[in-house]
Amino acid sequence: MLCDQCHERDAVLNLTQIVENAVTQLHLCEKCAAERGIETTVSMPKHPLGEFLQAVQQQALQIPGDAARCSYCGTSLRDFRASGRLGCAHCYGAFEQSLRDLLRRVHGSAQHVGRAYEVPNPELLERDTSLGALRAQLQKAIDNEEFETAARLRDEIRTLELTVR
Amino acid sequence: MTLDLSLLPDGGVPWLAASGEHADIVLSSRIRFARNVAGYAFTARARDGERLRVLAQVRETLPRVPSLVDAVCLRLDEMTVIERQLLHERHLVSKELAALDSTADARSGAAVLVSSDAGVMINEEDHLRLQVFRSGFDVGGAFQAATKLDRELGGEVPYAFHREFGFLTSCPTNTGTGMRASVLIHLPGLVLTQEIAKVLQGLQQMGLTYRGLYGEGSEVVGNFFQISNQTTMGRSEDELTEHLTRVVKRVIEQEEEARRVLLRDAGYIIEDKLWRAYGTLRHARSLPADEAMNLLSGVRLAVGLQLLSGLSVYTLNKLLIFSQSAHLSLEAGRTLTESEANLARARHVRQVLASEAGLADR
Repeated sequence: MLCDQCHERDAVLNLTQIVENAVTQLHLCEKCAAERGIETTVSMPKHPLGEFLQAVQQQALQIPGDAARCSYCGTSLRDFRASGRLGCAHCYGAFEQSLRDLLRRVHGSAQHVGRAYEVPNPELLERDTSLGALRAQLQKAIDNEEFETAARLRDEIRTLELTVR
Repeated sequence: MTLDLSLLPDGGVPWLAASGEHADIVLSSRIRFARNVAGYAFTARARDGERLRVLAQVRETLPRVPSLVDAVCLRLDEMTVIERQLLHERHLVSKELAALDSTADARSGAAVLVSSDAGVMINEEDHLRLQVFRSGFDVGGAFQAATKLDRELGGEVPYAFHREFGFLTSCPTNTGTGMRASVLIHLPGLVLTQEIAKVLQGLQQMGLTYRGLYGEGSEVVGNFFQISNQTTMGRSEDELTEHLTRVVKRVIEQEEEARRVLLRDAGYIIEDKLWRAYGTLRHARSLPADEAMNLLSGVRLAVGLQLLSGLSVYTLNKLLIFSQSAHLSLEAGRTLTESEANLARARHVRQVLASEAGLADR
């Protein structure tokens, strides 16, 4: 979800305000929350470990690349963390490092040592790559509200998808 | 459409034959490979049209895939919930593909190919779930047939594959070989001697895991366990299947030992318990599913201990599958309520046991 104030960054905080019996809900990113003077971290009592713990917590709040999206299918790393399912084969490239760590934790290794595989007709995969690029362009066009471009791209994607046997 | 079961080679369940090794303890051995077709988003993210194209693309290759030449294609997205549940009861489709957890219909493009030797679920969590069953303890045989199917199909349909990560799957717990090797095993001896917890714990330490009769998310009933490999990466398919075979061999020995101990130390108690189970199955007028499963477990043990003769493991295997709710409903020609199904189940079991014993059903 995007921040209700800047509409740029992902919201990390759900603010419920009650002003004169009217309830308003605001979803804010960390920066906008700070601008409104709202602490996004739980304040800690003074303790020898306090600063350290706070630093750890800060880090946990900003898992790098959590909002990163797969350009092919649009799945974000956050979607993946919520559902446990990847959206497409290209997600493995998009989230390569995170997945490598995860696979190592799950399987004790992130290296496939089983049977190798060669795709039977690689020209089908070329189509696949150009589809990925077109889909990314389509998303961008939609985001920028360039609807004519989006319509053209959508038709191109459909044509390419149809070239499958 | 109405599901025509006569189209299915051997009803889709040739593994019920109880023909393999240790068939009284191991019902079946199974290999499944999770595969995705390159060029499409994975099933959950794919649009209706993409899933239908995956289905069309796979069907088009069938004449060139020897393992699937005689396959029938069953469209789950055109079936009633009872028909889908029946295929699930036969282990031909997963709960997810049959959409049994939701009130919604199966997703568009959801289908299963069933040949005399193998099956392929289409548009499951992954585009393709190839599976081969063998009767009894024969993980190696299932692996050979599944690998043959995998090579044939993978030579026609481009799989999503990554040099480092292997076969790419929707859930990272399947990435790599995409293989789940499992046996469906009956362990009443270990349960009765209370050794089972130790054995199951041991499995987990050896990288294996266990589930109930119907795999992921299913409960253990009737002392039936599905034992399978936990991880799919860092070891080859051969290593994974050999490891499973080695460990299961050991579990079978432990089960046999537990049965010897039971007979030696509690002979008449066990004998009484098992005859009572048989008596109930022969004469009960209403049988809830779980109770039937537990009683069948007892009778199966009695046959294994040679306390009860004239009853084949094949018949017991068939009862286990064919006395389930969707089978009873389909036979009745309408959806039975739970209490109606309990009556129908008792009748079905009585008739089968009576005819096997050469007696009239009373």
